[in-house]
Amino acid sequence: MANVTFRIWRGDKESGEFQEYQTVVTEGMVVLDAVHQIQAESANDLAVRWNCKAGKCGSCSAEVNGMPKLMCMTRLSDLDLDRPVTIEPMRAFPLMKDLVTDVSHNYRAKQKIKPFKPRKPDNADGSWNMAQEDVERVQEFRKCIECYLCQDVCHVLRDHHKHDEFIGPRFFVYNAALEMHPLDEEDRVEDLKKSQGIGYCNITKCCTKVCPEHITITDNAIIPLKERVVDRYYDPVKMVLYKLMGPKKKKS
Amino acid sequence: MAENVTGLERRSWGQTQRQDRWWVVPLVVFCSLSAFLIYANWAAFQNDHFTYGNYISPFYSPPLFVTPPADPADEDYHRRENHMHHSYFGAQPSWWPAFIPFSPALLILAFPAGFRLTCYYYRGAYYKAFWADPPSCAVGEPRKKYLGERYLPLIIQNVHRYFLYFALLFLCFLAYDAFQGFFFDVDGDGKYTNFGVGVGTLVLCVNVVLLGGYTTGCHSLRHLVGGYLDKFSGSPIRSKCYGCVSCLNKQHMIWAWCSLVWVAFSDIYVRLCSMGIWQDFRIVF
Repeated sequence: MANVTFRIWRGDKESGEFQEYQTVVTEGMVVLDAVHQIQAESANDLAVRWNCKAGKCGSCSAEVNGMPKLMCMTRLSDLDLDRPVTIEPMRAFPLMKDLVTDVSHNYRAKQKIKPFKPRKPDNADGSWNMAQEDVERVQEFRKCIECYLCQDVCHVLRDHHKHDEFIGPRFFVYNAALEMHPLDEEDRVEDLKKSQGIGYCNITKCCTKVCPEHITITDNAIIPLKERVVDRYYDPVKMVLYKLMGPKKKKS
Repeated sequence: MAENVTGLERRSWGQTQRQDRWWVVPLVVFCSLSAFLIYANWAAFQNDHFTYGNYISPFYSPPLFVTPPADPADEDYHRRENHMHHSYFGAQPSWWPAFIPFSPALLILAFPAGFRLTCYYYRGAYYKAFWADPPSCAVGEPRKKYLGERYLPLIIQNVHRYFLYFALLFLCFLAYDAFQGFFFDVDGDGKYTNFGVGVGTLVLCVNVVLLGGYTTGCHSLRHLVGGYLDKFSGSPIRSKCYGCVSCLNKQHMIWAWCSLVWVAFSDIYVRLCSMGIWQDFRIVF
């Protein structure tokens, strides 16, 4: 048992500041437990979004000691409790109140992505045949819980506010899951370059670092998509082949 | 309609709530890459001490042209002769402008340098270390304007795969150099026919292994050998190649640094042997 100081951001769209709270923490507690304890003891009006407390719903995203994390998955024993623990809302999205941000930008960004367009079914009963090795690559991307920590840490959104031109790492993962799917016939390469701004990514790998599902966002999703954009727009040989042969898309 | 999506106030340069030593990695990258750049430039302009017996520094390989020996009385005559022994096309061309310093390294270094400069790993590392864009994850940046890799000059990063083709070619030359490193001139007749293994042989072999691991783990190669496919079944060779490159790619950063350090060390080894400061110990005669 230890008495620990927490610095929690309190405020709304207009103004805000860090306020200090002290609470007694016990073994096994996570940051979200401490926030709930503070809410119960000394800040009843503290706004915090949470749901599953198991790292699967992606609701309790915040910045703990400056790094985007899920509060429910951040053990207090992993933090230096001799110094105040800082908890603040995600900085890439508009603040609503205290630790709660408006993440609706992400829903709008997702709508910009062309949906899954499967080829004609392989079988008379409307089903498809797929080999395991064909779907293994995209299965990694389906682990995403949409916590938006990757969006939060990405400096293109966080510091440069390119929300209009750049859809962010989460949606490159989503794009990759569709674009690399063995059944999908849609072509998203032009959108990736033009309206979704993949060229803004400068490969800092911060998104990969903060992903609570350990998705290798940069190496397995963004860079392969960048390479597909290179095929189409920057590699003269591939460009000629594309002009001659058309999109390679996915013969059934 | 443009969205107004702005969060809390933008942080200024270096401002963060992070409590860890976030500045250590970019600082180490900055110092290491700077040290390498300074040394590589210095070594490239030396145009001397880049061979020792059958060993050749990777900074100078392949030596397309070399400065020929002049007067047999010159102190460096035998070294220059040895350089000629390694040269692919003989002496420095007569049309080379006198006002431009000549060095075989200057003819070729742009290719491996371009490969590293446009490498996906190094890009992320030097954007942070040299341009603070960002200095580290979740740390405030010095500039408000940001163009990414969409416009000149950084749009050129997209030619990485063409540097990869050259890097693969250079790897063949370096492998040949390492193979040549197994043969020594024991009789002093100028013919390198005696098989042996020196410390330098091992240095050059390790160099090829590390550069091989780095080059064949390249993200662009990963795409070209199979990453562009959406369906691997039915393409077993591509699938296997993709698996192998992906395996190396997972440790691309480690390969990148190890190969960078070792290529500089290989040059230092050959240089110091050539200068007579280090002795090349023979392990197998």
